[in-house]
Amino acid sequence: MSWTTEQIAAMVEPDRAHRKAYTDPEIFDLEMERIFENTWIYIGHESQVKEPGDYYLAQVGRQPMIMVKDKNGEVQVLYNRCPHRGAQLCTARKGNTGNNFYCSYHAWTFHLDGKLESMPAKQAYEGTNLDFEDPEFHMARPARSDNYRGFWFAKLSEGGPDLRSHLGESASAFDQLIDRAPGKETEVVGSCFRMVQQSNWKIFLENQLDASHPGVTHESTGKSAQQVEAKIRADGKEVPLELSFLSDFARLGHDGWTKFGTIGFPNGHSSLEGYMGLRPDDPDTNEYVRRMYAAYGEEKAEEILAVNIHHMLVYPCNSVQPPLQQLRTIRPLGPDRTLTEIWHFRLKDAPEEIYRRSLAYYYLVNSPSTLVNADDLFNWWKCQHGLESSAREWVSFHRNAGQDIEEGDKTYSAPDTMSEMPLRHMMHAWRDYMTAEKEA
Amino acid sequence: MASATEILAAGNAQAVADVSVETQLAVERFLYRQAEIIDEKQWDDWLALFGDDGIYWMPSEEDQVEGDGEPNVFWEDTYLMQMRIARNTHPRAHSQAPHNRLCHVVSNVIIESEEANGDLIVRSRFHCAEYFRYEVRNFTGKYRHLLKKTGDGYRIALQRTDLVNREGPYEYVLQWWL
Ligand code: FES
Ligand SMILES: [Fe+2]
Repeated sequence: MSWTTEQIAAMVEPDRAHRKAYTDPEIFDLEMERIFENTWIYIGHESQVKEPGDYYLAQVGRQPMIMVKDKNGEVQVLYNRCPHRGAQLCTARKGNTGNNFYCSYHAWTFHLDGKLESMPAKQAYEGTNLDFEDPEFHMARPARSDNYRGFWFAKLSEGGPDLRSHLGESASAFDQLIDRAPGKETEVVGSCFRMVQQSNWKIFLENQLDASHPGVTHESTGKSAQQVEAKIRADGKEVPLELSFLSDFARLGHDGWTKFGTIGFPNGHSSLEGYMGLRPDDPDTNEYVRRMYAAYGEEKAEEILAVNIHHMLVYPCNSVQPPLQQLRTIRPLGPDRTLTEIWHFRLKDAPEEIYRRSLAYYYLVNSPSTLVNADDLFNWWKCQHGLESSAREWVSFHRNAGQDIEEGDKTYSAPDTMSEMPLRHMMHAWRDYMTAEKEA
Repeated sequence: MASATEILAAGNAQAVADVSVETQLAVERFLYRQAEIIDEKQWDDWLALFGDDGIYWMPSEEDQVEGDGEPNVFWEDTYLMQMRIARNTHPRAHSQAPHNRLCHVVSNVIIESEEANGDLIVRSRFHCAEYFRYEVRNFTGKYRHLLKKTGDGYRIALQRTDLVNREGPYEYVLQWWL
């Protein structure tokens, strides 16, 4: 079938969504067209490309893209496609392309800003319609690319808001990734981990702000971590702080999980408050706070450290965890396949031990050998298969429905709940993106 | 004293030590037994393979020479190994139902160096089929073991596992060591 706007709008109700939003291949194609190839999508951080010629590949919707540092030190975002016969210009995920892009098929070359430079036996093009100045023969550019404090995004369609207005208050997550550094800069560490979730991309986003799942899904992790903590104590050793990232799942209990509010922002963004108590009174944290005071002054430093976000979802493609410097990007591959790229950052001039905490979280939670997400990915896979069933047509988001609190352009979950407000909020935004009139 | 990663990094990964047949056999038996232990999920025996400071390491980059303080696919001391065992065998570890089955084949065992005290660096290759959720996944790569000789046989000071496709993307995740 092909979906009409009315039919798509009818897939989302105030407290439920139709299962085909998660399973239908045509809906997936429309999502690529109307969301991922239409709004601002994360490309990467400027520290991934330091020297001229450094590049990194990224995917926007179905489009292969390149982020490259040009000769003038500017970041350029280009399509990874040769204008001659279509070959991809870069195949390694990252590298340095030298002074130009060189196509391995017929040796056309391009400047680092994508302009056609040369090709062998150039005279064969004399008197033809090939024009070196014509962008048709340059590596294509997205309609717009822009960065927010070094975090680069591309938008493949004309019109719509600029990056800053699109991000709105969700930009605070990127602010936090930088401002928490006493040196006021942040840098990616290594490459990203890449895992394929065998489930729909929306299931991932929904899970990130779903406070009612961790106590259940991660029970085995929480309880096992408590056992190991006890064992370490019994051995007369100090329990490393990082293990609390795991034992928290058992520590918090049902009531604990109701304490963390969620907020919905315009354009589908949303946040979950922090719960991990990441300001313990230990020498490393105290040294870190001292450096923050020295860099920003006490008042400003306290203001930065008081921002309490566990996850910020930057719709539709990022999940950012600023207190531990984690950033995940999703690249949907199909209705039931989603590639995640997971990065972590080093805060300039923070004590090494503060970096080690980010690294430990990156390892314990977000690595391919994760002790946490294995159960999440498994749940999502099961949801994906369950939603293939036509026995029920709807996915329920009824938890605390009707109790959301609207204030200005924000929506707050009812206090002391594990409300499914963020799930409702995101699906309402989804409906708006999917049914919007195309701008002329 | 050099750390285990420093000792591996300083070793010559192309060298072939002229060891006795007995040593070669003892080392092969150790590696085959390790593979059997993980395939049969004998977790107490698994922990006993490692020395007190023993580490299981799977780097995330080919040219990585240090694991401590860097992103890795695995970097686990025996406490984290106990954490993984406790979690994966917990009745509520629902992603472990149905349990996966592993089948390792270890081969190409070359002893790279032998110290006067009997400590060794050993290279080998492995293939592991994992049957999980009614499908088979395949993993292959190389091992490099730093083995300490004790009165009671060898103990692993460091096991480095380099997966051929370490950069991913990983379909799903890895729940057990390979
Ligand atoms: S396809 Fe690139 S030069 Fe021909
Ligand atoms: Fe989870």
